[in-house]
Amino acid sequence: MNRNIVNKKTGYLIALIVALLAPFVAYPVFLMKALCFALFACAFNLLIGFTGLLSFGHAAFLGSAGYVAGYALRSWGLPFEAGVLLGTAAGAAIGWIIGMLAIRRQGIYFAMITLALAQMLYFVCLQAPFTGGEDGLQGVPRGKLLGVLDLSSDLTMYYTVLAIFIGGFALIVRAVHSPFGQVLKAVRENEPRAVSLGYDTDKYKLLAFVLSAALSALAGATKTVVLGFETLTDVHWTMSGMVILMTLVGGLGTLVGPIVGAFIIVSLENKLGDLGNWLADVTTIEWFRTLGESVTIVTGFIFIVCVLAFRRGIVGEMQALFKRIQGNAGALKEAGS
Amino acid sequence: MELFGVPLQALLSQLLLGLVNGSFYAILSLGLAVIFGLLNVINFSHGALYMMGAFVTWMGLNYFGLNYWVMLIASPMVVGIFGILIERTMLHRLYKLDPLYGFLLTFGITLMVEGLFRSFYGVSGQPYPVPDALSGAFNLGFMILPKYRAWVVFASLAVCLATWFVIEKTKLGAYLRAGTENPKLVEAFGINVPMMVMLTYGFGVALAAFAGVLAAPVVQVSPLMGSNLIIVVFAVVVIGGMGSILGAIVTGLGLGVIEGFTRVFYPEASATVVFIIMAIVLAIRPAGLFGKEK
Repeated sequence: MNRNIVNKKTGYLIALIVALLAPFVAYPVFLMKALCFALFACAFNLLIGFTGLLSFGHAAFLGSAGYVAGYALRSWGLPFEAGVLLGTAAGAAIGWIIGMLAIRRQGIYFAMITLALAQMLYFVCLQAPFTGGEDGLQGVPRGKLLGVLDLSSDLTMYYTVLAIFIGGFALIVRAVHSPFGQVLKAVRENEPRAVSLGYDTDKYKLLAFVLSAALSALAGATKTVVLGFETLTDVHWTMSGMVILMTLVGGLGTLVGPIVGAFIIVSLENKLGDLGNWLADVTTIEWFRTLGESVTIVTGFIFIVCVLAFRRGIVGEMQALFKRIQGNAGALKEAGS
Repeated sequence: MELFGVPLQALLSQLLLGLVNGSFYAILSLGLAVIFGLLNVINFSHGALYMMGAFVTWMGLNYFGLNYWVMLIASPMVVGIFGILIERTMLHRLYKLDPLYGFLLTFGITLMVEGLFRSFYGVSGQPYPVPDALSGAFNLGFMILPKYRAWVVFASLAVCLATWFVIEKTKLGAYLRAGTENPKLVEAFGINVPMMVMLTYGFGVALAAFAGVLAAPVVQVSPLMGSNLIIVVFAVVVIGGMGSILGAIVTGLGLGVIEGFTRVFYPEASATVVFIIMAIVLAIRPAGLFGKEK
């Protein structure tokens, strides 16, 4: 037990050092984008992994926060912090409304309701004058951090994003390990039982939903600032599907799984064209060259494989493997004594 | 002649368009409900299979010279067999798990099917001609009624009512309903439940493809035609509840008509009105109009 905690601490420490050095090795904008998606996936996982609620509408929070933050920074000239906070608040408010309606039904209906309400928000964004419609919101300035540090430098921006990510992730870890998190787990395992123990499960579910929406919104607002634009892609249902995929690939209900998943999926999207060219060279099937434009085929394929054969995800499988090895070692020791 | 400041002709033609859309909602939500009843899976790929139904019809005409009437039968069969393959190779492995996995699997299938069609045919729509026998229009005096639209509403209603009749009034339907209630017991009576499940999925999928064939001449045949529709159909299902077949039909048609009226009076909201109604229904009657709270 004790050794486990030490292992975890060294693990986090190594991860932190890697994250601090990463922008000197890899392209900072790519890293920032991946970090934003990682936070998005972690926030989503708080619902599916720790509360058992499958939201199919998380793009609504990512995208609406992106639009609000982008608009506030560009047209009102708000400072960086205020813009991001405003976006987060907007996402949380939308999360509160959608959550209130969605928790009135359970299971698969919950997924359909969140999907439908998010689609409604998509149409609103498509028609509203301030989103720029099909063109999107362009030319969002990065501004200055605390009025001093110029964020147009990628390196400064990267460490800001990293700090936001660590803050969000720490909040999730804290929430999961708190009494609140335990109640959420109870809701996931057996909701009627949690009710009979006297918990107002609707209240807990709504709170978890709003928290998840707010953190997704934080990720969305930050992403808009990093990239300098916001488009309809971020509110579309395919984005809601993407975050499910990231979480599923990394491992549902594991703390670090979604981070791993987000990095894999974002890199895959970036490198798919090269991969397709390579496949075309190897197999001499020319069709593979179009793979770069057909991200959906590949994501659909990964979805199917994950659901059929790989439901624990990468981190989940590794944990299971680790436990098996430890179990075997324990058994050997016992046999020896 | 005017009604509420809108020419009657325009009002009635939007109403008819609403009924056409409502027919698609009705067939698709019916298929979803039948599949959910027995398989406990919400078939996300329903929209993609509807699109496939339309595309197979288009291919039949353009590659093999098969006309509309042949494809009206052939296309649901082809897509139905594709559905059975999905059920046999993938879906049936998931029955013991949380229904969410079935939803995610069919979502993945949707992405693949749509992506494949898109990579071969692009996003722009392919036109499909209205069959000769149904081109032109009836002049009813107070409005012009395009024959094809009337046919879509008639054919969908006929198929929906036939499905209702089979499920509620025949022996086969009785097996099906029993299988929905308690599959183990039905199996103990010597009925091949896995076979029944497979055929039910194939049938539900064929219904979607049938709607696709009907839709081919009215909307452009495009790889994306299904995914936008299916989300509206989910809202329809949430509004109506999946407990009753007639409920699904009535809700589908009714919402189509409401959408049509919205297009006349406040076009900006026509894309969102179904979702707004869903939100209201959830606030007032969470189980849905025809649903029973479990």
